[in-house]
Parts: sequence; structure tokens; C-alpha cells
Amino acid sequence: MLAGSVRTGVMGGMERNSAGAARFWGARFWGGFAVCGVILVLGVPFLNLRVDPGSYFAVPDYLVPLLGKYLCYAILALSLDLIWGYAGILSLGQGAFFALGGYAMGMYLMRQIGTRGVYQNPVLPDFMVFLNYKELPWFWYGFDHFAVAALMIVLVPGVFAFIFGWLAFRSRVTGVYLSIITQAMTYALWLAFFRNDMGFGGNNGLTDFKDLLGFDLHQPATRIGLYIASAVGLGLTYLLCRYITTSKLGRVLLALRDAESRVRFLGYSVTNAKLFVFTVSAVLAGIAGALYVPQVGIINPSEFSPANSIEIAIWVSVGGRGTLLGAIIGAWLINLAKTWLTSAAPETWLFVLGALFIVSTLALPRGIVGTLSQFARPRRRSAVAAPPPAIASAANPLAIEEPVALEKRA
Amino acid sequence: MSRLCRLAFLALFVAFAASPAWAEDLAALVPGLAGDSFADKEKAIIALGKLGDPRAVPILKAMTDDRLRRGPDGRVIVILTTGGTARVTDAVTGNGLKDVSADSLDRILVNNRLRGQIEAALGSLTMFSTDRATRLAAVQDMLKHPSPDAAGPLEKALAAEQDPEIRAAMQRSLAAVHLFAGTKAKQVAAVQMLGTTTDPQIKNLLDEFRNKSDLAPELRKAAEDALHSIDNRLRLTGLAANLFQGVSLGSVLLLAAIGLAITFGVMGVINMAHGEMIMLGAYAAYVVQELFRAFLPAGWFDAYLIVAVPVAFLAAGLLGVVLERCLIRFLYGRALETLLATWGVSLILQQVVRSIFGAPNKEVSNPSWMTGGFDVVGGFTITWNRLYIIVFCFIVLGVLALILNRTNFGLNMRAVTQNRDMARAMGIRTARVDALTFGLGSGIAGMAGVALSQIGNVSPNLGTIYIVDSFLVVVFGGVGNLMGTLVGALSLGIINKFLEPLAGAVLGKIVVLAAIILFIQRRPRGLFALKGRMAEG
Repeated sequence: MLAGSVRTGVMGGMERNSAGAARFWGARFWGGFAVCGVILVLGVPFLNLRVDPGSYFAVPDYLVPLLGKYLCYAILALSLDLIWGYAGILSLGQGAFFALGGYAMGMYLMRQIGTRGVYQNPVLPDFMVFLNYKELPWFWYGFDHFAVAALMIVLVPGVFAFIFGWLAFRSRVTGVYLSIITQAMTYALWLAFFRNDMGFGGNNGLTDFKDLLGFDLHQPATRIGLYIASAVGLGLTYLLCRYITTSKLGRVLLALRDAESRVRFLGYSVTNAKLFVFTVSAVLAGIAGALYVPQVGIINPSEFSPANSIEIAIWVSVGGRGTLLGAIIGAWLINLAKTWLTSAAPETWLFVLGALFIVSTLALPRGIVGTLSQFARPRRRSAVAAPPPAIASAANPLAIEEPVALEKRA
Repeated sequence: MSRLCRLAFLALFVAFAASPAWAEDLAALVPGLAGDSFADKEKAIIALGKLGDPRAVPILKAMTDDRLRRGPDGRVIVILTTGGTARVTDAVTGNGLKDVSADSLDRILVNNRLRGQIEAALGSLTMFSTDRATRLAAVQDMLKHPSPDAAGPLEKALAAEQDPEIRAAMQRSLAAVHLFAGTKAKQVAAVQMLGTTTDPQIKNLLDEFRNKSDLAPELRKAAEDALHSIDNRLRLTGLAANLFQGVSLGSVLLLAAIGLAITFGVMGVINMAHGEMIMLGAYAAYVVQELFRAFLPAGWFDAYLIVAVPVAFLAAGLLGVVLERCLIRFLYGRALETLLATWGVSLILQQVVRSIFGAPNKEVSNPSWMTGGFDVVGGFTITWNRLYIIVFCFIVLGVLALILNRTNFGLNMRAVTQNRDMARAMGIRTARVDALTFGLGSGIAGMAGVALSQIGNVSPNLGTIYIVDSFLVVVFGGVGNLMGTLVGALSLGIINKFLEPLAGAVLGKIVVLAAIILFIQRRPRGLFALKGRMAEG
């Protein structure tokens, strides 16, 4: 039952000739990338600024941050696809890294408010005055400089993921076990950020931001700027993910996704490969969070909610895991549906989302893009297409994946 | 006016005849409450407290509530407001005074000092109440402010008291009174007596006593010894209370996790909808409760819980079987996808319940045999609902162990777990065993829901509270091992409760989560990992 998929996964990845790389970085790719990039980066600003507001095609001001938000979600989806689709690590902590990056950005924005807050304290943010803080906690130092904040946006999720990943991958925690402990991590962070004495604004989080690098966040022009930054960020993330997945490392990742022990026996350091990609993914999620916060204007502990992290997995799953484009499309489609349904018929949204979880795993295991590309190119089953559905055997699904065991089950 | 006087006289006479000694004093003392100075009023209050006449209680209460008035003739008048209309009554006789308007009377003012005195006086007065709870509360209240004036009434009350618990409380209060206003011999006896208790209030009293400047050295020594023994005892009861709380939390975790230990541990299915099975069980309890309320006589109500347990088991178990047949069996061997699909199921179930019952919490009441608790030692109370849940949890575990080890179904289940292909070759219908196993796990989750409904509110997201914890219990204890689940749940519960006073509830929980994450790194297969050929899968 499962042997076939194992074969596709491992051997498909290994057999691809090196000339294949040209297909990934050839003129066709760059052409397509440039067209999509120009449409994304320039299209919305043009429709917003240059098209008559009465026109059918005009993008009203309020839509710009919403679209920017979708771009951030797409980055987040890419970051999960990189580790789940290509390395088989279903992290349920991606939302936590996203929120960590968001908090780092939020702390910078809080410091920028300065005396314009309700209590007009030049140093302490409003919530600290409210909670009777006498001085700034040490971890808030430096966040008045954008450079420090930018560094933290990368470092905090990155270092956190590095330590967590190092502990987890070194002791070969894999599969569902890893999912569960990443969820426990998210849950712990969630609880922690709800605490008032953590120094992150507790329940209410950080909000009431004024400006970013001197630009007023409420100005339409700033919003357009943030949108463009998100679009560029998405493009760069896509290129980075594509670079990683088409490199030699990418092939090792695919191989260890499908047969971890075999890769280990072949002499590759599975731990290092996983750790690298896990850390990169966390950093990407953090950047997505940092771009997200100024556009929505708030970051609070609910972003850490374990449910959020699982939702990211469904974006990737619907779009097609193991396909970078699929992650982006999945994130957009589901969030579009969410935006529309939560205002049109709020009580149906959870039904739809729940059904999506079920249908996408039962009927569309390769996701939209994976299924489409299967139809488009029935012969060339690239390994970068959807991963095999087999993750572990039924008899012992929690064990470190043993291809031998999988074949035995078939 | 004269008619009124006569009437009052008559009433006084009647009261006189009924209980001559009291009536005379009460009638003599009450006008003092309307005295000109606060000192006069205070004297009257203290005297009323010493008197021990229960009829003084409403008068004193009226005084604190600013419902006491002075009539033009110096008479004390109580205003009773029932249902918005004020009724003017004579304080001593309790008779209504029709032709007196409440607005024309002078208010009798009280200050905080008087309030304190009134409280003390009320305390000694209510010791004679016929209601047991009121007496007990009064006696315990006296411990808070032991005044020398209370000694007389306390001794009187102690002589009349029959109830052993109240007697003990009275003796403690009396000792507290003697402590500050007794002869030396009485003080020594009081210190020794108080040293045998575990009440933090008594500890404070003794502490206060010890720090008095003019204390004889031997008394100070005795007080310190007493404090020391109280401290020791408090530490022990604190430990016992923590342990009980921990076992209680552990048993709740265990109940929530046993079902998961079967579906996750034995079958290897990640069921994220497990929490919703618990939630459904809790709602089943709610529905059964409402049905009992609506259709059966009130006397039967206490039995609803007995009915709710099997109903919840069947409801959740049936849903589990349906879930396995329609969804999960297509996903065997794809653990991560099972995780996502069952998460989807959990979202749908939550929303279904929210649509049917509404989002607000539902209240499931304890049957009378589960309400309240009993005092083991002072300050350490075991509540019945928690105790019953612990017992219930171990019964469930025991029955489950019996099913697994002593029945045909259990044998088949273990066979399928250990070697599916071989089991099938031996003629076991593995598909049926899968469905039933999943149903069993879900059914137990449903029963856990009934238990949880007894200690908290029932809401559509009840399950999400427990799902992360239950998974951690199973993973911590070691997958595929009921014993591990038991040890995992109990140790997590106890660790949690012992950390709580040190670090606070939320931080304690975070510490536990972090510890488990680190623990899993050390032993990826949990506390009780399967060894040998079983582990190979």
C-alpha cells in the first residue's frame, strides 16, 4: 500500500539529473517570476493610486493593508512548506515564531510612540505606566533603534528555533512527537505572553502604534510602502526557498523526509540539515510577523494560539505541500475565504475550515498545485511535487520512520 | 398617644411575663442605644452582648444598617423595609407602630468603633441561635476579635452546646479570649490548647500574644512552642492538601488521557478531536440533567449522574466508531494527515455544539451526594466531587485493564496492535477491532467529560483546554502503555500543584511544559518506553 509512494519519494529525488537544476533557474523561471513580481509589487499600488476610485478595478485604501496581510501569510506559508513539504517536519510552532517576530516589531513601534501615548511617558509604553513599571525592563533596551529591532526580528525566532531544534533533532524526535512538542512550546509561549508581568503588555498586547521609521502608519502612502515591502519580502522568500530546495541540501531534505535512517546511514548529518532548515524557516516566519504587525496595527498573545499554527498547516496542505507556489496559493485562497465568510456568515467559517482540513487530507493529499501539476505533467513526476502520503506505518506511526517498516506493511 | 402608651405597656407586660429576667434587661438596655453620647451607646451595646438575649440581634443589626430611630418619647424604633415599604416597629416589643412616620424620627448615628462593638456583641448573641450553621459561624467569628466581654456568653453557650464541632470551636474561641484577658494559669492552659490546632488565625493570635511586651518568660516560651507545633502541623496539612490537589488534578488528566492512550498509544492514531469527545461527554451530562429536571420528579434528580455516565460513553463511543469508519481508516499510516483531519473534525464538532447549545457556559450541578466535603484536619478539606472523580478514574482504569487483559476483545486488540498482518492472518477482523478500539477510547473520553462537568463549567471549547495536556501525559508516560499514562498523569498533576504556590499557576504550568519538552528530548519514547521486539513495530 505504501511502498509505491516511498519509491517515488526517495528515488525520484535521487535520480533527477543535475541538468534539472537548469530548469529551475532557467529563463522561463525568471520570466515567470518577473511577471508575477511586477504584477504583485506594482499592480496594487497602481490600482490604488492611479485608477479612478469609482472604477471597478480600483483598490480602495482599506484593502491595501488587507492584501499586505495576505502577502505576510504567504511568507508564513512558505516557511512552513519549506520544513513540512520538503523535510517532513510538521512544526505546530510556526505561528509562535511568527508572533515572536511580530512582538519584536511591535516593541520597536511601541518605543516610537514616545510622548504621544495616553500617559505621555517618553520612555515607558502606556501599558507599563498602567501596570506601575518604574523603569524599562532590560529586554526592551535598544528597541528604540530600528536596526536593533530588525536584528531581533531575525535573532529571536532564529535562536529560539535553533535551541529548540538542536534539542529535538539531536535526540531524533520526529514525526508526530515533534508536532506535539512544538505545539506544547507554542502553548507555553501562549500562556507566557498572556501574563501581565512578562513585560509584553499581557492580554492586550502591543497596539496604538504611530509611526515606523518616521512614516505615519495611518497614511495611505505608508501602507502602500508596507505592501510593497511585503511583496518584495515574499519574492525574496520564494527565491530563498527555491534556492534551498533545488540545492544539494534540498535533495538531502527530500531524502530524509522519506527515509531518514537511510540518509543517516549514507553519511549525511540529518540533524544538521534539519536544524538548518528549521532555523531558516523560523526566521522567515519571524520576518513575516514583523511585516504583518505594522499593517494590522496590533500584536497580542492570541497570535500564539496553537490553533493558529495548525491553520497554517492547512494553508500549505490545501495549496499543495512540497510545492512552493502551492503554499502561497493555499494561504491566499483560505484567507480570502476566511475574510469573506467571517463577515458574510461567521458561524459557517469553522464548518468550512474543518471541512477543508478533512477534504484536503482525504481527497487532495497533494493539494491544489500538486494535483494540477500531476495532470499537467503525468509522466514527469518530479520529486518536488507532492511528498508521498506515507509518513509512518500504521503499526507504529510514532517510531522514527523506517522505510523498511513501511515496505513491510505494504 | 395614651392608647399607644397603654399598648406598649401591655406588650411590655406580656414580654415580662414570658421571660421575666431577659425582658426586663432588654427593655432596660435598649433605650441606651439611643443615648446621647457614643460612650452611652457603647455601654448599651456591650451590655446587650453580655445579656445573651437573641431578640437583641435584629435590633443591633438594624443599628449597623442605619435602620434604628429614636422616637419623640425617647423610645427606640426599628424600621423594617419589606418590599419597598417601610414598616415602623417598636424595638423592644416588635409591635408595629401605625401612626408614626419614618421620616419624622431622629436617626441613631453609629461610628466605626460602635460598629466593631456591635459586631462583637452580635457574635456572642448569635451563639445562642437555634440554627447550627449560624452558631458555628458566630463562634468562629469570635476567634477573629476575641474580646474579654465575650468570655461570659461563651462559657454560658459552651455549657448549653451539644454539637461536638461547635463545642471544639467554642473551646478554641474561649482559649483565645483567655489568652489576652485571663489569669496566668488560664493563659498557660489557653496557649497549650491553642497549640494543638492548625488554624492560621490562631497562629496570628499566638504571634500577637508572643510579641506582647509585658509577657512572662515562661508564657513566651510556651507560646513559641505552641507556634512551632502549629507551624509543623500547618506544613504537614499543606503538604497533604497539595498532594490531594495534585492527585485530583492528576486523576482529571488521567481521565482525559486514558482514552487518548488507547487511540494514540495503542492504535497510533493522533486524534486531535479527542478533546471534543470529552466536551461531548460533558454536554451529554448536561442534556441528561435537563431531561431529569424536566420529566422526572425532583427526588430522582440525584441519580442523573449515574445515567449520564453510560449515556456519555455511548454517545462519544458511537461518534468515535463513526469517525473511525468514515475518516480515520483512510488515513492509517499517515499520522500527520490524521492530525490535521481530526483537527478539522474538532473544529466542526465545536461549532456544531456552539450552534445547538450556544456559546455561553452551561452549568451542570453536582448531585447532592457530591456537594460539599469534609474537614480532614483544620484547613484541609476534601471535597466530595474531587474525591469521587479520583475514585471514578481508578475504576475506569481498572475496568479498562480488565478489558484489555481478560476479554476476547482485549486480546484481539493487543494482537492487532502488535502485529496487524499476523492478526489478520489468524482470522481477526482487524477493521472491526480498529473501529471498536477507537470507539472505546472515545467513549472513555466521553465519561471523562461527565467527570469534568462536575468540577467546572461546560463550554464548547472545554476540550481544547485538555487536549495539549492529555497528549503530553501520553507522550510523557510512554506511548502504548497504560501504566505509563497513570504514572505520567499523576506525576504531572502533583508536580503542577507543588509548583503552583512557588511560581503561580500560569508560570508553574509553563515550567511543567518546558520540563516535559526537555524530558522528551532525553527520552523520546517517554517514561515507560516499550522495549525489545514491541518497540521495533
